[in-house]
Amino acid sequence: MLEIKSVSKSFGKADVLRDISLTIKEGEFFSLLGPSGCGKTTLLRLLGGFDRPGTGEIHHNGVRIDTLPANQRRFNMVFQRYALFPHLSVRDNVAFGLRMKKVASREIASRVDEMLSLVQMAALASRSVTTLSGGQQQRVALARALVNRPEVLLLDEPLSALDLKLRQQMQVELLALQRRLKHTFIFVTHDQEEALTLSDRIAVMNDGVIDQVGTPQEIYEYPRTPFVARFIGSVNAIDGEIKDCRPDVIIVGGPTKRMMTVRPSRDGFRPLPVIPQGTPIRILVRPEKFKILKSAPGPEQNALDGTIREILYQGPVTQFFVQLRDQILIIAQPNTAVTARKGFSGGDKVFVAWAPEDCLLMGRDGPLPVLESPPVDPALSDAQLQLPLGIMEDVRMAGGVAQGG
Amino acid sequence: MSAWRAGWRKVAEKARPRLRRPPLLVLPAAGWFLWFLLAPLAIIFVYSFASKGVYGGVVMKFSLSNYVRSADLIYLHIFWNSIKLATLTAASCLLIGYPMAYVMATASARMRAFLLVMVVVPFWTNFVVRAYAVKVLLGEQGPVNALLASFGLISEPVVFANTAFAVWLGMVTNYLPFMVLPLYVSLEKFDFSLLEAARDLGASPVKVLFKVLVPLTKPGIVTGLVFTFTPALGEFVIPDLLGGAKTMLVGNLITEQFLKTRDWPFGSALSLLLILTVTGSLVLYLRMEARRQKAEEGA
Repeated sequence: MLEIKSVSKSFGKADVLRDISLTIKEGEFFSLLGPSGCGKTTLLRLLGGFDRPGTGEIHHNGVRIDTLPANQRRFNMVFQRYALFPHLSVRDNVAFGLRMKKVASREIASRVDEMLSLVQMAALASRSVTTLSGGQQQRVALARALVNRPEVLLLDEPLSALDLKLRQQMQVELLALQRRLKHTFIFVTHDQEEALTLSDRIAVMNDGVIDQVGTPQEIYEYPRTPFVARFIGSVNAIDGEIKDCRPDVIIVGGPTKRMMTVRPSRDGFRPLPVIPQGTPIRILVRPEKFKILKSAPGPEQNALDGTIREILYQGPVTQFFVQLRDQILIIAQPNTAVTARKGFSGGDKVFVAWAPEDCLLMGRDGPLPVLESPPVDPALSDAQLQLPLGIMEDVRMAGGVAQGG
Repeated sequence: MSAWRAGWRKVAEKARPRLRRPPLLVLPAAGWFLWFLLAPLAIIFVYSFASKGVYGGVVMKFSLSNYVRSADLIYLHIFWNSIKLATLTAASCLLIGYPMAYVMATASARMRAFLLVMVVVPFWTNFVVRAYAVKVLLGEQGPVNALLASFGLISEPVVFANTAFAVWLGMVTNYLPFMVLPLYVSLEKFDFSLLEAARDLGASPVKVLFKVLVPLTKPGIVTGLVFTFTPALGEFVIPDLLGGAKTMLVGNLITEQFLKTRDWPFGSALSLLLILTVTGSLVLYLRMEARRQKAEEGA
């Protein structure tokens, strides 16, 4: 178990990490996710021993390690640009760590061979690393770190230099490798899809602090802050004001006369908070949770009316831009046979509908100003929720366009 | 010789992309080389087999006597003095220059430019002037003695003039830039994350230095050694000025043959031997390098 205890780090006047506390379990695939400059790489470098924390401590299995130099930790790092030794062959690169630890040469040979075949690089063992392609270098970098049987493997955006196809393939390989070796992997990335695909748990970082830690499902379905909601996938924001707050339903006055209702999520994971009447709030809705309709839905649904501005066909989904009175909503509809034949076109008056269970409640400028929140059932927080198949595609499509527009 | 040629070809291929036909633009450089380098070398070569005339002229009569004479123990000793001084100079420049170049290469962009200028500034003055400057610095009334006295380390001024230390200091001051600049060039291209990678893989600081940093900056080290060793081998002005001309060096010897003794043929033979010593050591290095690479590829 790796424990990061209120760690801070600043370079000059810039506070890069502010009071970070985090516990990472043994054998976990843990991602540090955030935009560039959020401090995720700095945190990884503290774990690797390349920098010392300004304040705070890092413990591994009960032993304090933040005072140890990098070469005395049983942690290994896969660097962003691989940092392979250009004067050594593939085999010698992989053997480097074992030679430094003065492992017997016969054991080195067998462990290096084993690792090279595990990453499918055995055939190129005597080649110079400078002649390898990006994907091959990536594999060598992985092998060079893993051959030391590290207690924790640190990966600093290892896939960011690869093109899309290769990146997806390496994601699958990386995951298979981790499942097989059962090492703890700590993976730094700015790519939300990569983090969702690979991780057991994710810490979303923003401006030197951790906004939220959770499983990919928790992070995506129940973002705690507007930043997390926006960074993981895309969201629509609808401003409103609390009209009534009851344990099972919250009534919100919105941009139209029709009241909006908010209900606890279907799995009961997030019960409703208690918010005083008149509080200005913001409802966040994922583009794929909307439905686009030609006539107003029944009262059990929330609905806003508007005009279609733009329709973008994107293969798995179609994206609609619907103009409300003073904002535009982005709606992603899967291209099933039914929706495809509905025949919407630009300028149509439509209704955007969504379920009260699909609302994410936030404050206007940050997390919800909660007075008192019913306790979360601990049994539920450990529950392994499964993302429905194909949702990744929708998320990516929605996210891609929302960022572009 | 084939190993040497293979080694050389490797160096040449790395140095520039191969061109099928040399373009016309090469002509000026080629002409310069022919006229000012190869032609004088040819003259020296021919002279070295001639003999001295009664009044100092060159008598064109083939003889090996100049070479036989230079194998005399006296002259071998002089050669040995020069090699010792050049080796000491080159090695000192490497030990002092490497950390300097490292600091320069890892400094911020502004600091880097400043440090580069500081390294190049000495070239703005004549090197004889620089040698005199060292002499003044080390003088009995000079700043070094003043500093030592002010710390109470000495009661009498230390006499540096005409000591081996003064010669060493003068040589290092003069040749350090020739070491630092090539080292800086190869360190500047160095990917410093490799050092972190090595530490991450359990290498101690010493191992990081000798297993990663030094092997990868070897081109700079070799260039720096050649740039300092070669001119230091023929150097005689600095040892004369700062060492009091106590030890005879090859440089003194050759100058004397041409300017004082007027024995041009013997001077030519000595010059040629000096050139052969330098090229000989380079060839030896390239040969060893080629053999090492071959062994590595075979493994």
